[in-house]
This record gives sequence, structure tokens and C-alpha cells, in this order.
Amino acid sequence: MKRISVASVLGLTVAWLGLAGIASAQEPIKVGAFLSVTGPAAFLGDPEQKTLDLYVEKLNAAGGVLGRRLELVAYDSAGDAEKARTFARRLIEQDKVDVIVGGSTTGETMAVVPLVEAAGIPFISLAGAVVIIEPVKKWVFKTPHTDRMACEKIFVDMRSRGVAKIALISGSGGFDKSMRAECLKVAAQDKIDIVADESYGAGDADMTAQLTKIRTTPGVQAVLNAGFGQGPAIVTKNFRQIGMTVPLYQSHGVASKEYVKLSGEAAEGVRLPAAALLVAESLADSDPQKKVVVGYKRDYEGRFKSEVSTFGGHAYDGLMLAVEAMKRAGSADKAKVRDALEATRGYMGTAGVVNMSAQDHMGLDLTAFRMLEVRKGDWTLVK
Amino acid sequence: MSAQLAQYLLSGITIGAIYALVALGFSIIFNASHVINFAQGEFVMIGGMTTVSLAGTGLPVPAAMVAAVLLSALVGLALEKFAVEPARGAPVVTLVIITIGASILLRGIAALVWDKKLHTLAPFSGNTPIEVAGAALLPQSLWVVGVTLAIVLALSWFFGRTLLGKAMLATSTQRTAAQLVGINVRRVLFVSFGLSAGLGAVAGILITPITLTSWDVGVMLGLKGFAAAVLGGLGSGPGAVLGGVLLGVAESLSAGYVSSAYKDVIAFVLMLAMLFFMPTGILGSRAAERV
Amino acid sequence: MISWLSSPRRGGLLALLAVIAALPLALPNNYFYEVAILVGLNAIVCVGLNLLIGYAGQISLGHAGFFGLGAYGSAILSTRFDWPPLVSIAAATLGVGAIAYLIGRPILRLKGHYLAMATLGMGVIVSIVAATEDRWTGGPDGMPVKPLGVLGATISGEGTWYWVVGALLLAAVWLSLNLVESPTGRALRALSASEVAAEVSGIDSARQKVRVFVISALFAAVAGSLTAHYSGFITPSKLSFFHSIEFVTMVVFGGMASTYGAVVGAAVLTTLPQLLTVFRDYEMVVFGAVMMGTMIFMPKGLVPSLGELAARKDPR
Repeated sequence: MKRISVASVLGLTVAWLGLAGIASAQEPIKVGAFLSVTGPAAFLGDPEQKTLDLYVEKLNAAGGVLGRRLELVAYDSAGDAEKARTFARRLIEQDKVDVIVGGSTTGETMAVVPLVEAAGIPFISLAGAVVIIEPVKKWVFKTPHTDRMACEKIFVDMRSRGVAKIALISGSGGFDKSMRAECLKVAAQDKIDIVADESYGAGDADMTAQLTKIRTTPGVQAVLNAGFGQGPAIVTKNFRQIGMTVPLYQSHGVASKEYVKLSGEAAEGVRLPAAALLVAESLADSDPQKKVVVGYKRDYEGRFKSEVSTFGGHAYDGLMLAVEAMKRAGSADKAKVRDALEATRGYMGTAGVVNMSAQDHMGLDLTAFRMLEVRKGDWTLVK
Repeated sequence: MSAQLAQYLLSGITIGAIYALVALGFSIIFNASHVINFAQGEFVMIGGMTTVSLAGTGLPVPAAMVAAVLLSALVGLALEKFAVEPARGAPVVTLVIITIGASILLRGIAALVWDKKLHTLAPFSGNTPIEVAGAALLPQSLWVVGVTLAIVLALSWFFGRTLLGKAMLATSTQRTAAQLVGINVRRVLFVSFGLSAGLGAVAGILITPITLTSWDVGVMLGLKGFAAAVLGGLGSGPGAVLGGVLLGVAESLSAGYVSSAYKDVIAFVLMLAMLFFMPTGILGSRAAERV
Repeated sequence: MISWLSSPRRGGLLALLAVIAALPLALPNNYFYEVAILVGLNAIVCVGLNLLIGYAGQISLGHAGFFGLGAYGSAILSTRFDWPPLVSIAAATLGVGAIAYLIGRPILRLKGHYLAMATLGMGVIVSIVAATEDRWTGGPDGMPVKPLGVLGATISGEGTWYWVVGALLLAAVWLSLNLVESPTGRALRALSASEVAAEVSGIDSARQKVRVFVISALFAAVAGSLTAHYSGFITPSKLSFFHSIEFVTMVVFGGMASTYGAVVGAAVLTTLPQLLTVFRDYEMVVFGAVMMGTMIFMPKGLVPSLGELAARKDPR
């Protein structure tokens, strides 16, 4: 009797532990996200949310990551830094996520940085300003190109057309101001002289006054609009309206078909730096990025019936980088994932090839940006 | 006149006409009820967005426009019936919160029903700018200014010649007296909301080809239209138009000659100055609520 | 004993103290502490704003401006000029008080909708300036803020902040209750009932209005600077028109002319967005509906309406 019961107790215990082991192995890997799905940055957060939803679903359908299901816990921070902070705290303390992908805007990202550094959890930001990764912070990474890179790419293209003196026009939003500051900083070293610097407000309906001022400034050979959202489309229309013919450059902030549609014929000839995602199909077959961007484009457009945007692409890159890092680290342990993220080499994303290091938590270089020009309502690659 | 100045003036007048239409909406409701309708900007949004989405389903654009104006008027009527009327007689604070709550609600619904992207309409008569005194004027601007003038004329006929219009004027001047002579004040209130909402929608449709539309386009437009109404005199139709044009031109000139960064502040600084020194505005009635 | 406890000053304060002391038992992690701290900070603003709106019968649609000026003032002084944080907070608060005094006189001559518009305009101007002057304020993306240090020790950690904010909230409520029952308080209530009658009885209504305006601005500024130091970060959205509306809604929802109502209003409306995350896309709709619904069906606010219900059930 006793032998049987000892054996059965032992057997039950082993079975119980085994079950517990399986159960904890079945415990999902939690990916936390806070995005500006509503509010002034909904332009960004909406495609980001959709992308994360779509790919978490696909990854789970393909068996999950490390044999575990992925669970997405996402909150809407509506572009508000305070809300972002509270939600980040909720993700860390209450939901106990393993990694955070989010922060559609720089303001929200920066507000969360101290929390993330104190809690020791890897955080991949989807915002653009260079200040996020410079100075480099241990737990903070980002996927979009920096605004400084956008300026540099544009300046290089301008120089190749013989342009040396330009006018700058930007809006009042965080993205606009950050990019304007970066462009002013790197202009001199890129041999560009900014002779006029105008700005407009959020929701402004008419920029002809500012553009007229620019037109009457002597020596302006090109205009750079560091903007995002509604402003650049109106600037573009006003530009043609008052008959300006010098080259007009936009920022990567309007790298979407929306901008082209909204500006109509006025967008003809406008150039901007953007990820190859926008011209996925016209990439050469030998282009190493083609497979990733075409794949993402088909998945996104097929599911959501709306044009793909680079912002959604950033979210894709963020999620996939985290997943790749987990696979390489062999676990979802925060410190191991962080180290694995930092060791990312040669990862091909929608933004470009990513090579991270201890000093570079973004990993993109200038080749990740392609210069595009609008022709007949569509993007074309500028060779 | 230098071409630069001409450009500033023309764009100022265009944007001013837009502010004027929004301000008119504020004034009509204020006249009838002494309520500041913070949801006025959302009517502008509803006009533009409805037209865009209906036109997108294949409906011919003119039909979409009419439908949009009717829908907006319905929303205005609903707002009056279900939100403002139950709170009649409540203190100012309560009414302010109700209309602000309504604007948040409408925006939230708009974001759900439509999307969060920007949209545009084709300009009514093409995009080729017309040269005036060295400045470039868009044909659409002519539409905006023209329709605004037409509406102002129609409204002055309405208020001056029709019974309902005169009833509305009487209510705004002295509510009790109006009731005493048999005017159905509740109906006047009801109609004023519908009328304002319709006006707002017309403004939204007119300006979408120039300024684009989206679910939250009403926020800033509402605030600026509001400032314009105060400038010209709350409750005065010509005042609303004058205030709108003044504001638009002031913004444009300051952006051109002073600093484009602070352009948005101009509207509110002017409004504050007006409130401090002449609260009833340039053309408003002399009775002010001051101690 | 019961009558001693039922006096708002003593009984209510004790009850509030008990709640603040006992709450940590129900807070499982730092996230809950953070929400509680935010509730406390918002409550401080609302208690002050309630004096202006509920007792004095005025209106302010720009109070986020005072909140934000206090926040930015302290942030800039402590982070850019390296002043000790406590001094920065004090200086920012006094500065805001001075500004409130200067603009109080002209602005409070207006009434009703005109006053609403003027305060709205002020608030918007301040928020645009904060977003534009990026050399000082860091622009629309905001700026980081030094943590709060008192006599060498840094106040950090949710637990410590909780007690700091809790103590300040108690102080704010106590001040407010005292003010309401003082001659000034009676003058304010007379004022809100009828300004003309009050003047006739010898009350200098202009002076009293400015006084309560300044006090409410001070409360907002203190809460603002503390929020800046607590979050370690400040952005111009804290100064926005929407934030001003949130404060007014909290006061009116909780109950005008009720100090505890202001606290309750702050508590409910600060935690509501956290609860509404379930609704993801419907947050705005629900918030707008709550604002409208409360004003239409419970125009006196939550606490007074509940009080009325209780009184009706117990006709003594």
C-alpha cells in the first residue's frame, strides 16, 4: 500500500511540476505598446496599431515565438506625454510586459525614457527625433530614421543639383521643430546656406504669406518644408498657386500617398527622402530590401484596404527586431533581449538594413533613405 | 500696391471669409439663446467630411453637399433638443461644459465613423490661379468670399423680412418681451441651432478644397471663428463678417511682416484686447455684461 | 460625537486623512500609486478652482495656463538655472500669483461668457508661447525636469511622493474649508448670488474676486510645479485648452461649491481614462458623453446630488 502511494505521490508531483512547467512555458510573451491612435498624431499611431495587431496575429498563427504565444497589450496615449508615461508605468508594473514597442511621438518617448531606464526593460521607440538615441541610453532603441539623416539626405541631393542657398519653412509641431533645428545644425557642414526661415501654425489654412516672403528673398534656389500632417500639403498647393518654380523638398514626415493625393497636381516634381517601402514594387529585383517591403505592403494593404505608410513600417521593424532579438537570446529575459537587440547585425527592415551597436541604438545609415520624386501622382526613385 | 502686400491681403480676405462663416454660426446661436456653442467648429468638420465620404461612395458631389448640410443641420437640432434645452436656465458654466462635451463627443464619433486621415475635395472651378495686382488668387477663394456675401445678404433678408427671422431677432433683444407677444421662444432656439449648423457645414464644404478636412479640423477653426465673433461683436451678423475679415487680414499681415511663428497668437491677443476695452466688439450692441 | 464629526471641517478632514492613510493597502504596485498621486495633484488644482467657480460664481477656461506656468517656471528655474528645486517651486508659485493678480483685475470685470472667452484666450496664448519659445521650454516636445530634492535628499519613489501629495492635499482642503467659512468666504457666496446686492452691503466685489482668483492660481501653480518634478518631464499639452476643460469638468462633475466634491470629481475623472482603455477607440465618445450627461442630469454635481438624495431619505 505504502509503496504504491509513495509512487503515486511522486508520480503526481512530477506530473504536476511538468504541467506547471508546460503552463509557464505556455505563458505568453507580452509585448507592450503605447501609441497615439487618437489625437493630433493619429496619422502615426493608427497605422502603427494596425501593424502591430496584424503581425502579432500572424506570428501567433505561425506558432508564436520560442514556442510561446505573443500577447499585445496596447494603450492609446493620444499624443500626450503624461498619458504615455502613465500607460508605460501600467505596462511595466501592472501588465508586466517583457518589451515595449511604442511612443509614436518624440515627446511621449522622452517622457517614458526615465521609467524604462529605471525599470530595466527594452524599449523600441517609433519616434523620429535624434535626441532619443543621442546620447545613447542603455534600454532605449528606435527604428525610424532620425530627422538629422533626413536633412543630410536632402542636402546631399540639393548639392548634386547645384543648389547652395535655400529657404526653410516649418510648422509648430514637435516633429517640425526638431527637424528644423537639426537642419540648421548640419546645414553649414553640408555646404548649404539657409537664407530664410519661416514657420506656420498647426491647423493653419494658408501659407501664401510666408511663401511670398520666401519668394521675395534674394538668392533662394530651393525650399525645404520640414513638416508633418496637414501643413505640407497646403504649403505645396500654395507654392504652385503663387507660381514658385524652384525645387521644393518635403520631409519624410509626409512620405505617404495621402500627401500626394491631398496636394494634387501641385506635388509634381516634389522630392523627399523616404524608406524604400513607398516604391516597393519598382525596386530592382536584386535589391536586398525588396522582399521585406513588398511582403509588408501586400500584408498591410490586403488586410486594411488602405495605403501602406512608413509609420506602420516602423512599427513592423520594431516588433520584428524585438522578436528576432528574443529568438537570438533564446528567452524573453529583459537583459538578454536588450543585449541581443544591441547586437543586431544585418537585419533587413522596411526602413533599411539595421546594424546596431553599443553606441548606435538605431542602426540605420544614409543608404536606408531613398530620394523619391513625385511624377504624375506617383513616387519614382531618383537615381 | 506692392505685389507682396496684395498677396497678403488676398489670402487674409480668403481665410477671413472662412472665419466669418464660422463666426456667423456663433452669433446666430448666441443671439437666440445667449449660449456660446463650443461645438460650432464641429459643424464645419461635419460639412466637409460628410461631403467627402458621400462623394466617395459615388454620389454626385452637389448632392453630397446638400446631404452634408442637411445632416449637419440635423445634428444641430439634435444638440439643441437633447443637450441645451434640458439645461435651460442653468448657469453659464454648465452650458459651457455641455457644448464642449458635445464637441468632444462629435469629434469622437467622427473619428469612429470616418477615419483620422486628411481629405480633400476638388475645387469647384479648377485650380488655375487668377492674377490680381501681382498676387495669385485661387478661384476657390472667390467662391468662399462670394458665398459668404450671398449668405450674409440672405440672412439680412431673413432677419429683416421674414416673420421667423424677426421673431429670432426679437428673442435676442428681449426674451421675455418676445414671449409676451406670443413668440415661441423654444422654437426660435431650435431653429437657430439648425441654421447655425447648416451654415457651419456650408463653410466646411467651401474651404475643404483649400484647407483640407479631417476629424479634428473643427478645433482651431472653432476657436478662431469664436475670436472673430468677439472681435466683430457677438450677436451681430455684419460684426461676424467684419471680425472674420479683420482677423484673417491681421493674421496674414503679421505673418508676412512681423513673425510667422506667432501668427496664431494674433487672433487671441486681438480678442483679449477687444474684451478688455470694448467687450461688445466693434459692431455689437452697447449692452455689456460688465460690473 | 456625531455632530462633531459631521462638521465638514473636522469630520471631513479626518475622513480624508483616513482614506489617504489607508489607501496604500489597496495599491498593489507603482502604477496604482502613480494614478493616486495624479489624482491628488489634480485634486489640489480642483479645490482651488472650485473656490473660483463654485463659491465665487466666476469661470475660468484657462486654468491649465496657471498650472503650466507653475510647472514650466519651476522646471526652467531648476533645470536651466540650477536653482534648488524647492526654491524654484516657491518662486514659480509666487510668480504665477503675481501674474494672476495683474491680469485678475481687468479680466474679472467681465462676466459670464465674456469672462469665459477671456480666460480661454489667456490660456491659449500661454500654451502657444510655451510651444514656440523652444530655447527656454524645449518647444512642443517638452523638456526634462530635475527631480525634487529637499535639503540634500531627493524625493523619489512613488511611496514618498504619495505621502507628500497626500499631505499637501489635506493642507489644500483645510485651507479651502477655512476660507469658505471666513468673512471672505461669506463675501464670495454673497457675490455669486448677486454681485449688485453684495456691493450694496459693502463688499468690495472686485477685490474679493481678484483675491480668490489669485488663490486658485496659486493652488494650480503648486500642483503644476510638483507634477513637473514628479514626472521628470513637462510638455505644452499640460497648458492646453483641453486640459483646462478637464479641470473645469472635474470641479463641476464633483459638485460646485463643495470642496470634497472637487476632490471626488478629480478622483473620478482622473481614473476614468484608465478604466476606459477597455473601450480603446471609444474613449473620446464616452468622455464627451459623460461630460454632457452629468451636466444635463446632475447639474449640481455628484456630491451635492448624492447629498440631496441622502437628505431626502432622511427627513430630519
